[in-house]
Amino acid sequence: MSGPSAYQPSHPALRWLEERLPIIGLVHSSFVAYPTPRNLNYWWTFGAILSLMLGVQILTGVILAMHYTPHADLAFKSVELIVRDVNYGWLLRNMHAAGASMFFFAVYIHMLRGLYYGSYKAPREVLWILGVIIYLLMMATGFMGYVLPWGQMSFWGATVITNLFSAVPYFGESIVTLLWGGYSVGNPTLNRFFSLHYLLPFLIAGVVVLHVWALHVVGQNNPAGVEPKTEKDMVAFTPYATIKDFFGVACFLIFYSWFIFYMPNYLGDADNYIPANPGVTPAHIVPEWYYLPFYAILRSIPNKLAGVIGMFSAIIVLVFLPWLDSAKTRSSKYRPLAKQFFWMFVVVCIGLGYLGAQPPEGVYVILGRILTVCYFAYFLVVLPLLARIETPRPLPNSIADDVLAKTGSKRAPMVSTMIALAVAGGLLASGMSDARAEEGTVPPSQKWSFSGPFGKFDRGALQRGLKVYKEVCSNCHSLNYIAFRNLADPGGPGYSTAQAAAFAADYKIKDGPNDQGEMFERPGRPADYFPAPFPNEQAARASNGGAAPPDLSLITKARSYERGFPKFIFDFFTQFQEQGPNYVDAILQGFEKDVPAGVSIPEGSYYNKYFPGHAIKMPPPLSDGQVTYDDGSPATVAQYAHDVSTFLMWTAEPHMEERKRLGFQVFVFLIIFAGLMYFTKKKVWAAAH
Amino acid sequence: MTASTVDHPTRRDFLFVATGAAAAVGGLATLWPFVSQMNPDASTIAAGAPIEVDLSPVAEGQDIKVFWRGKPIYISHRTKKQVDEVRQVPLSSLPDPATDQARTKDGHEQWLVVIGICTHLGCIPIAHEGNYDGFFCPCHGSQYDASGRIRQGPAPLNLAVPPYQFVSDTKIQIG
Repeated sequence: MSGPSAYQPSHPALRWLEERLPIIGLVHSSFVAYPTPRNLNYWWTFGAILSLMLGVQILTGVILAMHYTPHADLAFKSVELIVRDVNYGWLLRNMHAAGASMFFFAVYIHMLRGLYYGSYKAPREVLWILGVIIYLLMMATGFMGYVLPWGQMSFWGATVITNLFSAVPYFGESIVTLLWGGYSVGNPTLNRFFSLHYLLPFLIAGVVVLHVWALHVVGQNNPAGVEPKTEKDMVAFTPYATIKDFFGVACFLIFYSWFIFYMPNYLGDADNYIPANPGVTPAHIVPEWYYLPFYAILRSIPNKLAGVIGMFSAIIVLVFLPWLDSAKTRSSKYRPLAKQFFWMFVVVCIGLGYLGAQPPEGVYVILGRILTVCYFAYFLVVLPLLARIETPRPLPNSIADDVLAKTGSKRAPMVSTMIALAVAGGLLASGMSDARAEEGTVPPSQKWSFSGPFGKFDRGALQRGLKVYKEVCSNCHSLNYIAFRNLADPGGPGYSTAQAAAFAADYKIKDGPNDQGEMFERPGRPADYFPAPFPNEQAARASNGGAAPPDLSLITKARSYERGFPKFIFDFFTQFQEQGPNYVDAILQGFEKDVPAGVSIPEGSYYNKYFPGHAIKMPPPLSDGQVTYDDGSPATVAQYAHDVSTFLMWTAEPHMEERKRLGFQVFVFLIIFAGLMYFTKKKVWAAAH
Repeated sequence: MTASTVDHPTRRDFLFVATGAAAAVGGLATLWPFVSQMNPDASTIAAGAPIEVDLSPVAEGQDIKVFWRGKPIYISHRTKKQVDEVRQVPLSSLPDPATDQARTKDGHEQWLVVIGICTHLGCIPIAHEGNYDGFFCPCHGSQYDASGRIRQGPAPLNLAVPPYQFVSDTKIQIG
């Protein structure tokens, strides 16, 4: 993409092709001979990482689309069937879901790198603006993708985000109806979102080609921010940049795999494991983490239209960045003030992100407003002002000089950053203790055999839990996504195929119609699913005092509780993700006869210490000695609760053992591979120094 | 890789080969899930379990069509005349020689169980049509006899016999 190439293939057949279509020359001049500044640091490898992520998302996305059903009644189930039944479906789905987060993580680093090193300044304005367009397309794609599983957060996220357009004066309502294809979010909305979610990544790929083209016309910026002058400033893209990018990618894959294999639901919301329900909004509507800063800006402005304008402006302002910051010096390395303000801006963004996840009340609203002002002030006041008043430090004469001279002033910005971080942290911590003072009781953390990187299900607990489910829970709760054959699956309760078939034969399954057009009952087969106790939701509601008992297949993934800052950060490293089973276990044991003073329980409800609001419609289901265990385990409520919670963790995540086992293999491989890449990179670069 | 001079050419070469090999192995291993997901999923496999069919309502000269693994299975209750006819055909006159005895179960020779998919290009032949009192494929004119053997037309092979067995005199299990 950088002009006609002097490259001539040596093989006659390739030369024949090259004379007719100079595609090999194009690749050679763009990705082999292309000169790249020799002082690029690892922040520059995120360009390659982003290309990889776009590829991964398109590939896994196309495959998921082969198994997904874009229909309001079937979408949720089809996603569950992908995860449960399709070969490696759980892996592909985790790759795609975590991949979206990784894509945004990488793009934020890529953008901040551009911001820090002034990569948007002349002559790279168009390159930068193309990047902003890619980012906008990514946001639209990510949003529509999040709608597709058609869980509660999908549905209500779609409702809230499409309603942003209702802020448009005069035409708002019509625009929203047009977006929905109906009078509310429904099947037509899901269908068009699926179509567009499939289309937009290819548009992104197209703009990426323009982005790379523009990059290859103006050349890469570099940490020193000075334009290359001689050959000595540059190295060839291949092998130098390629090998460095590969090493960066290998390290990034380790980070990515941590999510895929060990923390697949860490970045998701438990509510999205509840099928979409147009009648009930979740208590806290929270978008995916990568939209949180903008969501915080939206909520900080107490006017509908102004809030929407504020939110979109926060992105659009980036387009004008090349002209807002008119400082001649590119790299913040040589701008003592700009550098400090940059780090403060990073803290502001993280702060906004944190606030976006909090309930819009009390101190969070005030903090949100302060940080919103700071966000815009950075672009509209600080950067224009700095361009006029700041005295930059002297620039190196050339890139080669920069490489040779090791500048050693890294302490000053760190101090200001630390101060800013400490202030922000203090504010948040104080705000938290205010708002969280009256939260309900947190379920105690239990010891689970399946926790941690090598966790396995306790077969005995699964078999006992199945018995508790069959004899107690199944009277009211369905288990729709579990088939009898699953009882014989590897990583499950460990029954043989014959045992599973015998278990199935105990059930009466409705089948038909037969040749006479009548429904009939027959004994269950392994391929049948656990029958539901009620024929439909209305019947379930009517028999249970107005509250339909939820399906239990996914209950341990659909229930969670706040861990709070900073615990949720440690959880990432300790792989703590057992909120669901802790909660289910706690609910089963949380019934108390004596209602505490100040809590009133309505007629037909029961007091439960751990249930949000404490008034639960379910009567205490378990009592000591109710289920007889054959293996000598204690017949106590505590044991029943633990066993059935273990069983329900398996029903929610039947491939957990396979996931963790494969994860370990992948980690061993990736660590060896990254090590090899590191030494290879060192060897290759030894020739350049 | 550049061919510049280095101090330890062998060590360097080994490192490059090892890294390249690791990348190749990792890439190939990653490919597997992307290919494997195309195979039938667990619910499809479970739904392909054997089925039982009750033959008692099928009168002589009639046939029924049942589905197993998404394929139409013809179950024909053949007349004595049909059985005698197909058993008298000399094997040498058949494009795909096979005896009727080999295509049916001993003691149940009145029952023919075949997969009703034309071996030419996958259309479904019509029963009781054609010149051989068997099956006729309307797509490209292949004709099968009452034993499901190809007699005339472009199809290369006889109609396939699915795995099945008699559970009782009036019940078979397919699969």
